[in-house]
Amino acid sequence: MRRRILPGFGLSLGYALTYLGLIVLLPLAALAWKASGIGIGGMLHLLGSPRTLAALRLSFAGAMLAAVINAGFGLLVAWVLVRYRFPGRRLFDALVDLPFALPTAVAGIALTALYAPNGWLGRWLTPWGIQIAYAPPGVILAMVFVGFPFVVRTLQPVLASLDRDVEEAAESLGASHLQTFFRVILPVLVPTLLTGFALALARAVGEYGSVIFIAGNIPMRSEIAPLLIVEKLEEFDYAGAAALGMVMLLASFALLILISRLQRWSGRWAELQR
Amino acid sequence: MTLQLSHLSRRFAGIPALDDVSLAMAPGEFLALLGSSGSGKTTLLRILAGLDYPDAGTAQLDGRDFLAAEARERKVGLVFQHYALFRHLTVAENVAFGLRVRSRKSRPSNAAINERVGQLLKRVQLEGYGRRYPAQLSGGQRQRVALARALAVEPSLLLLDEPFGALDAQVRVTLRRWLRELHEELKLTTVFVTHDQEEALELADRIAVMNHGRIEQVGTPEAIYQQPATPFVCEFIGKMNKLAVTSADGRLSVGDWVLDGLPGNDHHAQVVAYVRPEHLSLGVAETRPGWTARLRHVYLAGSVAHLELHIPSIGQTLEADVGGEDVARLGLQVGAEFRVAPRSAVVFALGEPEGSQSFEERWFWQAADAVPPAPRATSVSPIGEGRARAGRCS
Repeated sequence: MRRRILPGFGLSLGYALTYLGLIVLLPLAALAWKASGIGIGGMLHLLGSPRTLAALRLSFAGAMLAAVINAGFGLLVAWVLVRYRFPGRRLFDALVDLPFALPTAVAGIALTALYAPNGWLGRWLTPWGIQIAYAPPGVILAMVFVGFPFVVRTLQPVLASLDRDVEEAAESLGASHLQTFFRVILPVLVPTLLTGFALALARAVGEYGSVIFIAGNIPMRSEIAPLLIVEKLEEFDYAGAAALGMVMLLASFALLILISRLQRWSGRWAELQR
Repeated sequence: MTLQLSHLSRRFAGIPALDDVSLAMAPGEFLALLGSSGSGKTTLLRILAGLDYPDAGTAQLDGRDFLAAEARERKVGLVFQHYALFRHLTVAENVAFGLRVRSRKSRPSNAAINERVGQLLKRVQLEGYGRRYPAQLSGGQRQRVALARALAVEPSLLLLDEPFGALDAQVRVTLRRWLRELHEELKLTTVFVTHDQEEALELADRIAVMNHGRIEQVGTPEAIYQQPATPFVCEFIGKMNKLAVTSADGRLSVGDWVLDGLPGNDHHAQVVAYVRPEHLSLGVAETRPGWTARLRHVYLAGSVAHLELHIPSIGQTLEADVGGEDVARLGLQVGAEFRVAPRSAVVFALGEPEGSQSFEERWFWQAADAVPPAPRATSVSPIGEGRARAGRCS
C-alpha cells in the first residue's frame, strides 16, 4: 500500500460509516421495518390502486422532465456565467442559489400567485387554453424551480476548467462552431451534466412544499406521491405511508444507480491510467 | 507558398504585443520565433493561425490576403504546448478529427480516413496506439498525436507553439531531432515558437529574435550567433561578456585592451563591447594588449570548462570557455594569474546612455593576429592599415 501523508484511515472510515449509518441508513431501516407491517397483500393493494399509480407516475415522469429542462437551461446559465463577463454577473450568479435558500412553501405560493388563472402571468395564458397552476405543468414548473441550482453549480467549475486550447485546436482543424460544441465541449461535460441531472431529479422526486401549493392536488391529475404519503399519515395509516415511501425510495435508488452507470460510461476516457 | 507579413501591429489594453513586424517566409522554410515571454512571439503565431487579428498590417500568402480567411479555412496545422488533445476521443479519433468535421461533400470515406490515420500514426511512430486515450500516453507521445492530428488536414503551414515546452529534457532533445527529420521529409513551411535558444539554433533554417513586440534580427542560426544585429540579440543569444568601452584620444579601449582599428569617436554617449566566452584567449604574450586575470572558479561541464576570471584592472569578472582537456594542459588552477585578451568582439555605439534598444553604429572587431575568419555573407571591410578587421552598420 502506498504511504499516506495524513494518517487515520481506519478512524476516519469508521467515523464516516457510523455517521452514514446513523443519519441515512437507520431511518431507512426504520422505514422498511414500518412498511413491512402491511404485508405483501397490502403492498399489492396499495400499488394496484389507480390513484397511487397516477401519483407515482406524475412524481417520477414530472421529475424526469424537470431534470431534463434543468440540464438544458442549467448548461446555458452556467455557460453564460463562466464564459462571459457582463455587468451584474456576480448578482446573477448569486441569484442561482435562491431556490436553495427560499423556503419551498414561499416558492410554491409565489409561483401559484403568478400562474393561477387570475394571476399576473396566468391571466394572459388562460385565454390561450394554457393552464399551469392546478395542473401537471404547474407541478413540473415547481420541480424545475427547486432543482435549478444543481446543474448550474455542478457544471460551473468544470466549465471553468475547460482548456481553451482544445477549442482553438478544433477550430483550426476546420470544425464549425456547432461541431466544436457538440464534438469537443459537450462530450467532456456529459459526466458532470449527469451528476447535476441526478441531483435535480432526486430533489424533484422528493419535493413537497412548493409543489403542493401550485399543484391543486386533484387526485388522478395533479397529485404527487409525497402528498399521498402525507394524506395516509393524516389518516393514521402509518404502514401504508411507509410502504409508499419505500416504493419511492427503491425507484429513486434504481434511477440513481442507472444514472451513475451512464455517467461512468460517458466518462470512461477519464478513468484510464497509463 | 510564400508568406509575406507586413507591418503587423497588435495591442492588448494599450500595451503593444506586436509592433510593426514584417517578415517573409520562403516555401518549405523552418522559421523559429525566438524570444522571452511577452516578446510577442505567441501573438504573432496566433495571428497566423487566425485565432487573433492584428490592429494594423497585412499578411499575404502567395499574394492573397491571408488574414481575410477564418481560422477554420486557413488550412494551418497548429500544435500547442500542452497538446490540446481531445481527451474523450481515442488517438485515432483525435487524428481523424480534422477529416471527420468536413462537410459531407469533401469528407473522405471512412475507409480512406482510417487509412490516412494509419499512415499518420506510422509517421509519428505511434502504430498500434490508435485505440488508446490521450490519458494513457506519455507527454512525448501526446505531442506526436497532436502533430499527426495537425498533419491530417494536409496544412499548407505548420505552426508550433512551444511544442516541447512541457516535456522533460531528454524527450525534448529526441523529439527535436525527430521533428527536424520530419520537416526535411515533408518540406512543410513551419513556424516554431520557442523561448529556448538552443532549440531554435538547432532546429531552424532561420531565426527571428523577438523582443518587446519587435523583431530584433532575422537570420540563419550562424548569423544570429556570430553577427548579432543589436545589443539585445547579443545579450539574449548565447553567453556574452559585456564590457563598457572608454573612448578617449581617438581610440577605444577597455583597460589595457585597445580595440585597434576602430575609430574612437567622442560623440557616442556610450560604447559597449560584447565578447563571447570562447573568444577569450588565455595566456597571451605580454606584448599584446590584454589584461592580467586571476582564475576564480573552474566549472567543468563535460567537454567544455567554464572559467570565471577576475580582472582587477577593470574591476570585472569575465567568463571564458576552454576545452575540458585544456584545463589540465594549460595548468589552470584556481588562483593562477595569466594574461587574457579577446580574439573578437561585437561593439556597439549606443545613442542614449542607457538605451540598449537603439544604437548608432556596430562594428565587428577582430584581433590583428587572429586567424582570419571564413568569408561571411555581410560585408566585413578592413579598416585601419589592415591591422584589424571591422565591419560596420547602423
